[in-house]
Amino acid sequence: MMEFFDLNLYQRAFIAALIIGYVNGFTSAFVLLHRSPLKLAAFSHSLLPGVAMAALLFTLTAITAFFGALIAAILIGVLTILLSRISKIHDETVLAVLYTGAFAIGIMVLNHVGSNQELEKWLLGNITALSDLDLKMSLVVGLITVSFLTIYRRALVAHLFDPEVAASLGIRTRVLEYVSFVILILVLITTLQAVGCVLAVGLIVTPAAIARSFVKTPDALFLVSGIVGAVGCALGLLASYYLDQPAGASITVVLTGGFLLSVLLKLKKGRA
Amino acid sequence: MSHDHHHLELTGVGYRYGAKTALSDVAFSAHCGQRLALLGPNGAGKSTLIRLLAGLLKKQSGEINWQDAPLSQARREVAYLPQVDHHQKNFPLRVRDIVEMGRFPHLGHFKRFGKIDAEKTDQAIATMQLEDIADRQIDQLSGGQQQRTYIARALAQEAHVLLLDEPFNGLDIESRCHLSASMIELSESGHLIIASHHQLESVTDIFTHALVLDQKQVTYGDAKTVMQSKEVKEILHACHPAHTHPVTEHTSTDCCS
Repeated sequence: MMEFFDLNLYQRAFIAALIIGYVNGFTSAFVLLHRSPLKLAAFSHSLLPGVAMAALLFTLTAITAFFGALIAAILIGVLTILLSRISKIHDETVLAVLYTGAFAIGIMVLNHVGSNQELEKWLLGNITALSDLDLKMSLVVGLITVSFLTIYRRALVAHLFDPEVAASLGIRTRVLEYVSFVILILVLITTLQAVGCVLAVGLIVTPAAIARSFVKTPDALFLVSGIVGAVGCALGLLASYYLDQPAGASITVVLTGGFLLSVLLKLKKGRA
Repeated sequence: MSHDHHHLELTGVGYRYGAKTALSDVAFSAHCGQRLALLGPNGAGKSTLIRLLAGLLKKQSGEINWQDAPLSQARREVAYLPQVDHHQKNFPLRVRDIVEMGRFPHLGHFKRFGKIDAEKTDQAIATMQLEDIADRQIDQLSGGQQQRTYIARALAQEAHVLLLDEPFNGLDIESRCHLSASMIELSESGHLIIASHHQLESVTDIFTHALVLDQKQVTYGDAKTVMQSKEVKEILHACHPAHTHPVTEHTSTDCCS
């Protein structure tokens, strides 16, 4: 174990795992109550063309990748709403069409600008290769996210439970929806560099799915999901070191295993 | 304590969904202490009126006033109670958490949930006799218990006007009895109860007043007088050829006897 912490590279990765894990876990409580994991999966794929365009038009840095991904996600979101309204086709269908198209464009652009390694980096991420700036951005986005979800917790929970009643209580539900969307995308982007755009979805969904079996209130769900996310990421990183496997995959496998275990425990508890 | 002076006044209220008129020329005045039934066939505009009063739809024409000022400036005075099972399922919320939501109009986003809020929540839970199940998850409750939870939320909100959307739907006989008794108690304690209702036999048992809609206001007045009107009978009975008592499910007018 000491050997792991002796390595500077892994010390930094361990801190990143705790921050990204906690923030994603905390946010996963919202995603679970919002019932939007598949929409988020779609959006995570739409980040790739943003990163690719940043690489094509500017030098690829944490900042250009961040804004490229953010603009791509917002564009896909706005286009989904617009095209769904015009075509009268359900928004999830339009989103599926657009995100696969965007993802394909991302692959082509990255293929054009660089090697396959670049593509693999964004698809799979690398938590051990985060820069100081990456870490700082994760921390800032994390603080914004956790603060937003904590301060607006009452309104968000009421809105997710019954949007009409929430609106009648004076909660501006549409504004909350838009702000939440931007926050979710920000978390996805900062997670992208750590575990890649595909596995990022696991991080922002699974912790709350694990926690849900053991909690009865939204407050407990947020808190426990955050802890599960942090512990899951840290354990996944340790496992990746000792098993010599990619960190993103290892973290995701640990969380998925945790979910299966939580269901088994709940089953056992139900029978007891 | 008398709250008769608290009054709701509508004049010339109408609403259109695109080119389709859902409601027009609604004008009536109601005050606390009344129990008002909204009656009419499907598509008559009952839900539209409830949604307008709840602030879920923006008024397009006419005036809706509470105490001679626009109702939109007095949102916390109105509590909206949707049909049971309207909410998202498997949501980790206890009865107490839902009742606490009623305090939102008093707290907004930034005020802390304080002692007075806890007291109001406890009072509401006690009034609706939910103490024993206050820590139960909402999805573990029967329709009647859910309805009582929603009413408790309205009481915690300290709203004078309670808007109920088809409140007797999906309730068993016992729950219907309890609900009608609660509605009577609440109006006598100074609330104005407004509920859409489609079970005609029980209107005069439960409600003091009735408003009949058919995309416009047909009539409004004392429930007994309204239900005896020939025009009303034609409109309502045309869409309710067979009607049973909502509480007893018989045609008797004795409630919960």
